[in-house]
Amino acid sequence: MKKQHKEVVFGLYNDEEILLKAVKEAHHQHLDIMDVYTPFPVHGLDKAMHLEESRLHIAGFVFGALGTLTAFLGMTWIFTRDWPIIFGGKPYWSVPSFIPITFELTVLFAAIGMVVSFYTVCGLGPGVTNPVLDDRITDDKFCIAFDADHCAPEEIQRLRDFLTRTGAEEIHAKSL
Amino acid sequence: MHTPIAPVREPLIEGGKTYHDISEDLCGPTEKAPSLSWIIAFMVSGAVMTFGFFSIAWTIWFGIGSWNLNRTIGWGYDITNFVWWIGIGHAGTLISAILLLFRQKWRTGVNRAAEAMTIFAVMCAGLFPAIHTGRPWFDFFMFPYPNTRGPLWVNFNSPLLWDIFAISTYFTVSLLFWYTGLVPDFATVRDRASGFRKKMYNLLSFGWTGSAKHWQRWESLSLILAGLATPLVLSVHTIVSFDFATSVIPGWHTTIFPPYFVAGAIFSGFAMVQTLMLITRKLLKLEQYITINHIESMNKVILLTGTIVGVAYLTELFIAWYSGYIYEQFAFFNRAFGIYWWSYFGMMACNVLSPQIFWFKKIRRSIFWTFLMSIFVNIGMWFERFVIIATTLARDYLPSSWSYYTPTWVEIGIYVGSIGLFFTLYLLFTRVAPVVAIAEVKHILKTAGDQYIGSKAKGGHNKEETVQESAH
Repeated sequence: MKKQHKEVVFGLYNDEEILLKAVKEAHHQHLDIMDVYTPFPVHGLDKAMHLEESRLHIAGFVFGALGTLTAFLGMTWIFTRDWPIIFGGKPYWSVPSFIPITFELTVLFAAIGMVVSFYTVCGLGPGVTNPVLDDRITDDKFCIAFDADHCAPEEIQRLRDFLTRTGAEEIHAKSL
Repeated sequence: MHTPIAPVREPLIEGGKTYHDISEDLCGPTEKAPSLSWIIAFMVSGAVMTFGFFSIAWTIWFGIGSWNLNRTIGWGYDITNFVWWIGIGHAGTLISAILLLFRQKWRTGVNRAAEAMTIFAVMCAGLFPAIHTGRPWFDFFMFPYPNTRGPLWVNFNSPLLWDIFAISTYFTVSLLFWYTGLVPDFATVRDRASGFRKKMYNLLSFGWTGSAKHWQRWESLSLILAGLATPLVLSVHTIVSFDFATSVIPGWHTTIFPPYFVAGAIFSGFAMVQTLMLITRKLLKLEQYITINHIESMNKVILLTGTIVGVAYLTELFIAWYSGYIYEQFAFFNRAFGIYWWSYFGMMACNVLSPQIFWFKKIRRSIFWTFLMSIFVNIGMWFERFVIIATTLARDYLPSSWSYYTPTWVEIGIYVGSIGLFFTLYLLFTRVAPVVAIAEVKHILKTAGDQYIGSKAKGGHNKEETVQESAH
């Protein structure tokens, strides 16, 4: 992702319930919200913003299945093809004793795969610095941000009016 | 946005906190200079840890002969401590994963510290299998990797190998789960800090902004990781119990081991959480976040799991008698009345009898009794592992091989040192990270804060709840 110079108008709200109403109102007025920032997960916000459901669980399933196959096929290949050894009179391909490791690797692959996917799709990771609109957003402020790039002054005024009317305590503009 | 909740629920956050108060209170300990009590605790645990590392160095330099293991008793303090620590590690994942799936709100007060405890306990546990090989620099032989000896692979049929996979997976998944929960809180600390601290926490917080989409994915990730960690936590101690249960030693070869070990693990884990939380809430002044209600909830879990463990002990005895198999009968008679009778009675007293006092609400809500009991349970659960391992091995099939085992100072040194390591890591953790999950506590504030629910609730939208409560 390229870092672009971007004008942002944002309002800070004091309460998540006021924020939720404002987000719904913005949707009614066909205002295009750039993003909403909150100090904790606000339930119902994704629906109000019409965000698609997260697809992380699919990644989890795929990585988990990969783990299952790696473990089971790996042990099968090792004990039937690569170096068959008889342990305690059991058959070479002793499936019941492969179950614990197969299970563990399923969980391990799914967990690592999902966590890595999560940080990748969110663009987060060690060394990443994202612009912070206001230091209090991770404390007690709830923020609605509008992209004000190439906006005419009257459009920006409309956004500001919207923020004031829906109960924003503070309204700021920032270029990122 | 109010989900209706039972009006009988006690508030979990006291003091009429606002969101900002929560940030202040929970970030505070990482921002101030350490208190004198922290410095003293750190010096003591650091010194104990150093002695532990000295004992490990001694073991490696002079060999496993510096321990008192012998041909009859091949496992002593090493595996006892390993199983003890792994068990302690189980409470963290139970609190963070299983209680998340059951939507138990009280977990938010203690989950962060309990998960940290899990990670440190698993690190302590991992020490023992690593050292007990005698040549720890060859420990990588335990992992299956293409090698130049054939390649000759590891034995995938061996429960000891399953253990390696279980514990490495458990450690990794717990670490990922814990760190992902920490990221938004590190961002809170970052946005309050300046200068070098800001840079450090910027690195730790991975550039977190609190974007709605990120939160949505974050919640989805937490839920799925919890779903994965739930069977994982049950599997880990099951596999640890397989180390014993799949052998053909009377006293070990029992099918009851997996559930019995898992219950015991949760039991000892919660006891250690209580020990740590009672000290932490006092020293960091978190009494309004880790309330008596939290402590009571955990005491209920201790009572339940302690009773399950008690039933398991009695079932074992009954089945040994009922089997009509003299070796099994002897193993259990010997466990209770043999040379190690003192550890069996210590175990029974600490694990089965003493937790029964938690049937009384007054005692469940008493700090003094909770602390005392948490220590008792930890001693009892250590005895349990010692009973299973040493007592069983000391009386072999052949009376000519019968033996007795007492640890040397080296073995005791490593054990005590592992406790030092655990507390050193925990103390460092309290300095670096918020010990209570800030975002999660804020999330439940409106449904669990005492200004919203309970007898002291006031104002607007909870009137119905208050009315319902007085009607009760």
